[in-house]
Amino acid sequence: MAMENILSFLGAALRLSTPLIYACLAGLWSERAGVIDVGLEGKMLAGAFAGAAVAALTGDVGIGLAAAVAASMTLAAAQGFVEVERGGDQIVCGMAVNMIGAGVTAFVGAALFAEGGRTPALPREARVLPFVWGQDALTLGAFGVAAITAFILYRTRFGLRLRAAGENPRALDAAGGSVRATRHAAVAVCGLLCGLSGADLSLAQAAGFLPAMTAGKGFIALAALVFAKWRPGAALATCLLFGGLDAAAIRMEGAPLPFLGVIPTQAFQALPYLMTVVLLAGFVGGARPPAAAGQPYRRE
Amino acid sequence: MIARLGRGVPEPAAVGLAALVAMAVCAAAIGENPLGLLRALVLGALGDTEGLAFTLYYATDFIFAGLAVAVAYRAGLFNIGVEGQSLVAGVGLALAALASGGAPSWLAILVASLAAMVFGAAWALVPGWLLARRGGHVVITTIMFNFIASALLSWLLVDPMRAQGSMQPETRPFPPGASLLRLDDALVVLGLSPTGSPLNASLALALAAMVAAHVFLFRSRLGFETRVFGASPTAAHYAGVASTRVILIAMGLSGALASGVAINELLGAQNRLILDFSGGAGFVGIAVALLAGNRPLAIAPAALLFGFLYQGGAALGLDYPRVSPQIVTAAQGVMVLLIGGLLGRRR
Amino acid sequence: MPALGAPPALRVFGVTKRFGAVVANKDISLDVARGEIHAIVGENGAGKSTLMSILMGMVTPDAGEIFVDGVRARIRSPRDAAALGLGMVHQHFMLVDTLDVLDNVMLGAEGGALLAAGRKRARARLADLSRAHGLSVDPDAIVGDLPVGLRQRVEILKALARDARIIILDEPTAALTPDEANDLGLLMRWLAADGASILFITHKLNEALAVADRISVLRAGAVVATHAAAATDARELARAMVGRDVDNALSRGDGPPGRTLLEARDLTARGADGRARLSGVSLSLRAGEIVGVAGVAGHGQSELIEVLAAMRRMESGALALDGEPVDAAVYDPARARALGVAHVPEDRSRHGIVGEFPAAGNAILGRHRDRALGRRLLDPGAIRARCADLMERWDVRPRAPDTPVGRFSGGNQQKLVFAREIEAGPAILLVGQPTRGVDIGAIEAIHRRLLALRDAGKAILLVSVELDEIFALSDRILVMHEGRIVGERATASTDRREIGLLMAGVVERAA
Repeated sequence: MAMENILSFLGAALRLSTPLIYACLAGLWSERAGVIDVGLEGKMLAGAFAGAAVAALTGDVGIGLAAAVAASMTLAAAQGFVEVERGGDQIVCGMAVNMIGAGVTAFVGAALFAEGGRTPALPREARVLPFVWGQDALTLGAFGVAAITAFILYRTRFGLRLRAAGENPRALDAAGGSVRATRHAAVAVCGLLCGLSGADLSLAQAAGFLPAMTAGKGFIALAALVFAKWRPGAALATCLLFGGLDAAAIRMEGAPLPFLGVIPTQAFQALPYLMTVVLLAGFVGGARPPAAAGQPYRRE
Repeated sequence: MIARLGRGVPEPAAVGLAALVAMAVCAAAIGENPLGLLRALVLGALGDTEGLAFTLYYATDFIFAGLAVAVAYRAGLFNIGVEGQSLVAGVGLALAALASGGAPSWLAILVASLAAMVFGAAWALVPGWLLARRGGHVVITTIMFNFIASALLSWLLVDPMRAQGSMQPETRPFPPGASLLRLDDALVVLGLSPTGSPLNASLALALAAMVAAHVFLFRSRLGFETRVFGASPTAAHYAGVASTRVILIAMGLSGALASGVAINELLGAQNRLILDFSGGAGFVGIAVALLAGNRPLAIAPAALLFGFLYQGGAALGLDYPRVSPQIVTAAQGVMVLLIGGLLGRRR
Repeated sequence: MPALGAPPALRVFGVTKRFGAVVANKDISLDVARGEIHAIVGENGAGKSTLMSILMGMVTPDAGEIFVDGVRARIRSPRDAAALGLGMVHQHFMLVDTLDVLDNVMLGAEGGALLAAGRKRARARLADLSRAHGLSVDPDAIVGDLPVGLRQRVEILKALARDARIIILDEPTAALTPDEANDLGLLMRWLAADGASILFITHKLNEALAVADRISVLRAGAVVATHAAAATDARELARAMVGRDVDNALSRGDGPPGRTLLEARDLTARGADGRARLSGVSLSLRAGEIVGVAGVAGHGQSELIEVLAAMRRMESGALALDGEPVDAAVYDPARARALGVAHVPEDRSRHGIVGEFPAAGNAILGRHRDRALGRRLLDPGAIRARCADLMERWDVRPRAPDTPVGRFSGGNQQKLVFAREIEAGPAILLVGQPTRGVDIGAIEAIHRRLLALRDAGKAILLVSVELDEIFALSDRILVMHEGRIVGERATASTDRREIGLLMAGVVERAA
């Protein structure tokens, strides 16, 4: 493979990793605080749609990005309210968010643009464009977000409390910290990052929104989170790996590999999920989620 | 009726009402007349025999999927993989049905249905086994297995199982015997006008499965053990309940019930294996089971409600071209979120 | 010694708290002077934990006032409580197992948005405290890796590092050996001499008498007596706790024990964490006797009873029931029941009952294979009738088979468990902590029943952390320490002191 090819492969891998990185870190924030989130996909979809729709209407990528974040955070707030204030089942709420995300985006899209749920194709000025090394600000930002996440999680008061809320919320409560505030904040950050993840899909990778365009990336991100054992650095690495697999699948479509012959694309698509299952099965060292993840907190 | 049967959940009827209100609000938001829209929804689903038959046809899927979720949930297992289990069941069904040429119809149907159940159960047993033996979290593994199933089906249909000479990702049609009795066929024989729907004998099977699930959970010893394990794995251990056995049985039953979706769709309607034939019924099953409080006998009314919403939503497009049928998905999400909150408060 | 003239460090005045129809705290008033150790004793459900939760800001009272150093205090959150100098050592430690000691000590009082500076300060503070009070612990150790005694030390350090001047200790000796409990008593005295005020919650009257300056008794949510420790005794306190004279006189038949029904040789087993919990335990149990197993919590008693009840796998060793060797490979709880072994588990809410199930379902838990409950399918009518019958025989209240058992009181839950296990007619009864979380009325009933069962020829193994209970019921006492049986005594020929020494692992001297 020529140098040029390698570079273009790496570029594609980076681009495909970007939404995964944001979404995976989003899940990390939420789950380290003790709130399991299987609703990443729905919030990403909301972000992708709102970003593209508003960018299409205003022609301004900045407003589009803000709308993406706002839509995703609104869903996260509703989810957080039911989960934290009402003690709702977190898996159920996550699934609900996925349904709302899929339904509302398709419904509003059809009503606004009458193109079967698509948004109109976005002009260049309404998109996030590459500016250095063929990469755009969202891709570069993803690395920054990973670093900031690690810093906050391990070096700040908020991070300490967040980890405590995910491991033993009673201890945090008894020590004078607020489990509610911590979890709400974590869910809000989760919404913010899901919004960016969705915006990357509709404003950077594509020039507009297509119904169901997240295509399971929210769940791949969830898989990556498990694979990374809920640690920020490993999350970044896993998402790069999964993005690389995706890029390899596209590149190798139909091309035979030595010894293996032609590998069907579907095998590459299924690979992240398979790898996560194998990890979960404990064949490659166990993955232990935060102890209180999934448990609503209530004082005795 | 739902309220009475689903005593476990506070006021499911109110939740259903909330969904209708949510849809009306959505309609108003895009400048449509909300009452007119709701009227079109009701008429589309219940206004004529075609709508009614389609409502029941969708409800059939949802009964199977709802039961699949509920039975696993009673064992404390949140099976989000019903969708994937249905898809894999469809593969087994298609393999058997395609090989059934020349066999008498009853035998073809029986073998194809059994193959569906075995494949569906097997696909659910893997996450079950991973949980029982390796401690893999069943929510995550069943989610992953949905995607693996979807990739598998897609590969099978573009490559090994695709009909020769066809560009469509689908198998050749099943032999004529491998097809369930449709309501329309019966109506034609009786000299009545057909409904134009694929409503078929699967509905009867679904209702029978519902009663069987109830008897299993609330009258059998195994069902008692299943519920004890679901409510308290530690107490189940004390009571001498073998956890591996309960997990495998519950997941196996759940996967077998999920195969009902494949039976209704493939043996009842499509008569071939196609991509994504379950159309998200596996996820609707989660909402159905929640609304029914995981009580088998409350599953039918809850499934009927969702059948009504789906058929009504699909029919909306005629009068309201700007309204996407996906409005129903949104309303379903709102319902699930509400039930989630209500459940939380109760605990 | 309490300082004179100054306002009390803590004054609780007229505090009342209701939960629904239940009055958990009724017009409670008490005060703790600077430098005083004030014990609060009371039965389960007397309102001790509600009062503590109120003081720590976890629960808001319906009425009443709290004064700290004579100033009225509004404690609305644990943060308020900490700011007023209140600190608490919880019975169930409020520690994050995955964090290190420093992070646990800092949590909630990090001293700034970034952790680095706070960690440095906390490290220095821990070193000071270690020097001042002899409370050393590795600040970088992960808390989950520490033994129970050290974890409690971290809890204490957490309070001290926040300059708590009023320290509440909730049942702090539950998981300690008598020696460790003594050390804790010395620490309390030391802290009090240093000017701290200590509120010491316990249900062990002797500990209260040994350590406290004053003792308040809580009964049914109200303070019914406050005595100077020097001017009262256990008998008076017990009477105040229960509201009547406690009838300690339990009668037992004096027939000799019968044949050996359970014989265990060299049992070994591991805990959930993979550590060895039983190392070569041998014992025998005969018809018509109660054998008590004494020991500090966590020294293998739970594992012993679980192995005998087939809930935990025995790694090696042999077990024989009524002379018949048991095949360890197929010995599971269902088989144990079939062989006539009944089990009242020590952790009732985890093992003994399913809280959300109706009483009827709980009445057949583990006994659901009984064909009398329906041949092929379970007969709901038969189950309900079985439950009603058990409730009648054991006076379980309310007599409501359809009510979720989680709504019954601890005593009535326990009576239902006993009824279920005993009315099945077992030859051997394994009983763990039979009176934990049970009110005194039910305790007396359960004790009388156990003795009657003994007299009726049952073989009973009793595991309890309550020495009083062991002494009151047992014919023989086995003492466990670090997974071994370190001593066996006839109850009539030993005393608490000797058993206490054995529990602490002091084997030879006691012999």
